[in-house]
Amino acid sequence: MNRILPKLGWAALAALGAISLSYVALSRGETINALWVVSAAVCIYLVAYRFYGLYIAKTVLGVDSTRMTPAVKYNDGLDYVPTNKNVLFGHHFAAIAGAGPLVGPVLAAQMGYLPGLLWIVAGVVLAGAVQDFIVLFISSRRDGRSLGDLIKSELGTIPGMIALFGAFLIMIIILAVLAMIVVKALADSPWGTFTVAATIPIAIFMGVYMRYIRPGKIGEISIVGFILLIAAILVGGQVAASPTWAPLFTFTGTQLTWILIAYGFIAASLPVWLLLAPRDYLSTFLKIGTILGLAVGIVIVAPMMHMPHVTKFIDGSGPVWSGNMFPFLFITIACGAVSGFHALISSGTTPKMLDNERYAAFIGYGGMLMESFVAIMALVAASVIDPGVYFAMNSPAAVIGKEAIEVAAKVSEWGFVITPDVLLQTATDVGEKTIISRAGGAPTLAVGMAHIISGAIGGKAMMAFWYHFAILFEALFILTAVDAGTRAGRFMLQDLLGAFVPVFKRTEKLGPNLIGTGLCVAAWGYILYQGVVDPLGGINTLWPLFGVANQMLAAVALTLCTVVLFKMKRERYAWVTIAPTIWLLACTLTAGWQKIFDPSFKVGFLAQAARFSAAADRGELLAPAKNVGQMQQIIFNQYLDAALCGLFMLVVIAVLVFGIRSCMKAYAENKPSSKESPYEALPESAA
Amino acid sequence: MFNDLAKLGKYLGETALLMVGQPDYDAYVQHTRLKHPDRTPMSYAEFFRNREDARFGGAVGKCC
Repeated sequence: MNRILPKLGWAALAALGAISLSYVALSRGETINALWVVSAAVCIYLVAYRFYGLYIAKTVLGVDSTRMTPAVKYNDGLDYVPTNKNVLFGHHFAAIAGAGPLVGPVLAAQMGYLPGLLWIVAGVVLAGAVQDFIVLFISSRRDGRSLGDLIKSELGTIPGMIALFGAFLIMIIILAVLAMIVVKALADSPWGTFTVAATIPIAIFMGVYMRYIRPGKIGEISIVGFILLIAAILVGGQVAASPTWAPLFTFTGTQLTWILIAYGFIAASLPVWLLLAPRDYLSTFLKIGTILGLAVGIVIVAPMMHMPHVTKFIDGSGPVWSGNMFPFLFITIACGAVSGFHALISSGTTPKMLDNERYAAFIGYGGMLMESFVAIMALVAASVIDPGVYFAMNSPAAVIGKEAIEVAAKVSEWGFVITPDVLLQTATDVGEKTIISRAGGAPTLAVGMAHIISGAIGGKAMMAFWYHFAILFEALFILTAVDAGTRAGRFMLQDLLGAFVPVFKRTEKLGPNLIGTGLCVAAWGYILYQGVVDPLGGINTLWPLFGVANQMLAAVALTLCTVVLFKMKRERYAWVTIAPTIWLLACTLTAGWQKIFDPSFKVGFLAQAARFSAAADRGELLAPAKNVGQMQQIIFNQYLDAALCGLFMLVVIAVLVFGIRSCMKAYAENKPSSKESPYEALPESAA
Repeated sequence: MFNDLAKLGKYLGETALLMVGQPDYDAYVQHTRLKHPDRTPMSYAEFFRNREDARFGGAVGKCC
């Protein structure tokens, strides 16, 4: 009986998942309840964890619960600390969760929710969670070393350097894209700009309090900080309504770009404790709280999904981003399904705190499933709002126009019937002047979240509050990421430059420090700027570039995993990592190729450059350029994007070639050749 | 029952702190006393600053 019951339970869960998914997939024309989507995803996650995650742990990797872990071996109470698995799960999840899984699914919703749902679920189970888990396992068997070090030791120094260089470029692209999301959300929004600006003095106050008044009291000051944030949102509403104050906080996209660049430079040069750390505490707690709140909200409100399950834009003609479902859907939803950046976290702090190998699956595989669930919630939030509102918010002004009447006519023409009044009313409900062409995902998500949460708390009267709460929540952790990322990028850059000019390695010296920070900010600032002035609205250009870069890092990490499996002489199980690697290579190389060479100027960078060149030769100006100089600028930017894309492709191909070579060499050997630390038994007390 | 609740509260507090990179201070003190009796453990304020610097001092950024 004891053996049959669990099996029956798993069978029931699998059946519930299958029923939910078929209900979602087979519903034609009628709107369905979001809970079907949520239950399909959750059932699949649980079954996948039990039957695939644990299969990888036991059979593929052979995790050994008697083996020493770095946390126990090097325990210093600081970096290396054996930690309770649930506590560590929280740490790991907080480190991997960011803006990516919230934005990608919102953008992908232009094809309807079904393609996004299927990729998020299939991608995480077969690729994303596998990557996070195996990298964690590999790192924990090698003293918790970092991804770059692991590639150096298992594949060779050259592929290691190439991968590090790739990671630096990816960091720059990520910072630019994240900053652009903030710019798009705050442009011409005095309410949003005021609340986000208010976080700076709030964080500085918290920083000073934790440094000098009551050192280290994170809990109490975070509560105070949270109350101040809520107050800032409320005051923001007054500021936006005031004719004297509102203009002071109303900026265009270009102005915000310069403000962010200046902010990035100053914030990354200040001491950590003053601004970055306190804001990181606030944003982390707010992030976790909001994610939990959204989950509870969806369950309580049980909203209906108004977006069709598949829209006519499945053919690749959509206004939000261009390109066919294959490969572009699979790179648009990056983080919720598979994110290469997680390989850096799984080989960062987490492996140094793992107290026993047998929990690696729970933390690595389980943590990524949780991240994927966040992506599902973002997809739900984008699908519960009126599809007409969705397309009005996410299409560039060049396609749909600027006035409510013309926008409503255009969007209705696509089959998403909407009246100008609804567009104006939605803007009034959320306390903004307009919601038209607020691309970038964050505002759409905020409308969706406001729709769901106000259904549970506060009703329509609170909608503007919840909208700005959601904007603040996203902007807060994006700015923290920009600040921390600029510092991290500076360290990487100083390390790279230090190989040629040794003085750059002195990360504590002011001169090299400021130059490093300046170069880093200039790099992401330039890409941000070109995104903001991009003829197709920026997101169309930069988000795929980010997706390609992030998935390519995942392909690199999975190549490392494959090499390690071969070196462990477990190549008969290597399909577990080879299959997702091949899929990611197919998606990213196709997408990269099309982004460079596609004849349609909406997709291909070179085609867009040619279009602007031809116009310039005829002496014409194409929007948004206002003079010849700007025309030349846009042409240059297209070539730059094409070059970046090509560089990413070279990085991944180079690592792949080195990876295949290492696999063949390991296959020919007759004994395991991986560089893991020798077996030591866990002491009795720790086992 | 109350014991369990207290334990849960302790776990949640520990989780929240580790989410922002602050490991358990008591465990650190205990470890230092046990394994390195010759060293004086840092005070909580020093420990806090040490961890804050460590969290942002390296080349791993925040995730997207």
